[in-house]
Amino acid sequence: MNYSTQLLRFSLAVLTLCRRELVRFYRQRSRIIGVIASPLVFWFLIGSGLGGSFRHPSAPPDVNYLEYFFPGTIVLIMLFTSIFSTISIIEDRREGFLQSVIVAPIPRSSIALGKISGGTLLALIQALILLGLAPFIGISLSITSVLLATVSLFLIAFGLTGLGFCIAWQMDSTQGFHAIMNLFLIPLWLLSGALFPASGAAGWIATIMKLNPLTYSVAAVRQSLYLHGHIVVQELLPLPVSLMITTTFALLMFLVSTAVVKHGKTL
Amino acid sequence: MREVVIIDKLTHSYPPSRRQYKPRIALNNITFTIQHSEVFCLLGPNGSGKSTLFRILSTLLRPTSGIIKIFDLDLIHQTDNIRHIIGVVFQNPSVDKKLTVRENLVHQGHLYNLSGNLLNDRILEMLTKVKLLDRADDVVEKLSGGLQRRVELAKAMLNKPRLLILDEPSTGLDPGARRDFDNHLQELRTVDSVTVLLTSHILEEAERCDRIAILDQGNVVALGSPQKLKEELGGDIISITSKDPETLSLSMKKYFHSAPHIIDGIIRIERQNGHEFIPELVQAFPGQIDTVTLSKPTLEDVFIQKTGHRFWENGK
Repeated sequence: MNYSTQLLRFSLAVLTLCRRELVRFYRQRSRIIGVIASPLVFWFLIGSGLGGSFRHPSAPPDVNYLEYFFPGTIVLIMLFTSIFSTISIIEDRREGFLQSVIVAPIPRSSIALGKISGGTLLALIQALILLGLAPFIGISLSITSVLLATVSLFLIAFGLTGLGFCIAWQMDSTQGFHAIMNLFLIPLWLLSGALFPASGAAGWIATIMKLNPLTYSVAAVRQSLYLHGHIVVQELLPLPVSLMITTTFALLMFLVSTAVVKHGKTL
Repeated sequence: MREVVIIDKLTHSYPPSRRQYKPRIALNNITFTIQHSEVFCLLGPNGSGKSTLFRILSTLLRPTSGIIKIFDLDLIHQTDNIRHIIGVVFQNPSVDKKLTVRENLVHQGHLYNLSGNLLNDRILEMLTKVKLLDRADDVVEKLSGGLQRRVELAKAMLNKPRLLILDEPSTGLDPGARRDFDNHLQELRTVDSVTVLLTSHILEEAERCDRIAILDQGNVVALGSPQKLKEELGGDIISITSKDPETLSLSMKKYFHSAPHIIDGIIRIERQNGHEFIPELVQAFPGQIDTVTLSKPTLEDVFIQKTGHRFWENGK
């Protein structure tokens, strides 16, 4: 078989696995409402509630907490969606659907890529809806910053879905996944600069935040949004570096996912 | 006749787990072949190793050692080529219940590199075959269990496999749907000359297959057509109940120079022309026999004779 037929086979498998994710999501209305509404409510309540009490010293007076919290909310919405879409791997395995995918004559990487891109697209669509709200809280968006933000968001969604994929592939129960989510994924987000900047945190917390790849992802989104005007908070590294770290994380997660499909559990 | 599946010295053991220190041997050095366009049944109680063998043959699981060839392709090294020419029906439904019948088949087709008109024609053909054309655009979860199983079959047949592997296909089907499904399998064999391999723990289901391999604790204990296996037992089965089966069995051993089996307190003797033997038996042991039953051997009798225990132990 030559290279182009192989590529065609690969793409067909990826596309069909990805499309299934979207169709399933669309058929379950409660999922749509839950995933879009909850981070919005979360953002509004925490942002408005804490806004008056906490203020970052380096932030300009016209930037309130609601605005600081905005990029973090977008990343949170994507974390939720990624988790929801990778939980379906556990259901697919339990219900039996996954077996027929595993015995199909397709490259193992296409199983990983199909599932991850489905989750990525869902997360990205929701993130973009939220991004559309930016002007309402006083963030003025240029075309360049929207494009850059979209690229960052895509990479973050891909990395997070990939991370969820690696965890979910090895799990037997959704309960176990929830435990991991509370213990590992939510703190990953909490310590990413989404909720508070590293500059004001205790020493060891700041160190963890520097090691957390999601920190650079949140920074990339923040930097994309404030390309021209003021930067809300002093960030760790310039935008290209943040983007590079986010890209590396996404690629790494894809490679690990493929390895997990190849060598992980099959039943 | 050509050999479609060759299994040679196949062994599989599961690694030790938290609950079990030693590795558990699921298949112990088994060897047999499956011929072209036959319906072959792997018969065995739960834990006999038949599910492990199914998983290995369907490419879900890599065996510990041994050689498996399917259409002359090596299962370990040519897995992808084998995946192209087999169809698999799992015990747990593998259809996506949130999708329609057609969407499921389109998805499956894409995984087998079918698309466009070829795929549409193929879907039409399969839906006609399993008589589901009028339900094509229904969401699968709205269909009855029997119809869902037919979708499963259409899905597995979509790539026109030369070997169809089914795990406990009649589980959860009512007798009507079971008969229906059986007819579909027979048609595949006769019309499309597909070789069919199925696992089962139901003796009646195995009776209808061309050949069976009886598995017990990871070993193949019997192999052949149901007819041949039953004939090998030698004529009739005589079951005797007694107040004291142990003593009776001992005296019978002295009398006949061979010890009969005692299974669940019932003495069993295999014998040609059982009807002539019974009067002799009753006269030889007066007052010690409560009832005598004469019957033709069943596959369960074959199983008992080969393993020394019942097919379902302790009512399992």
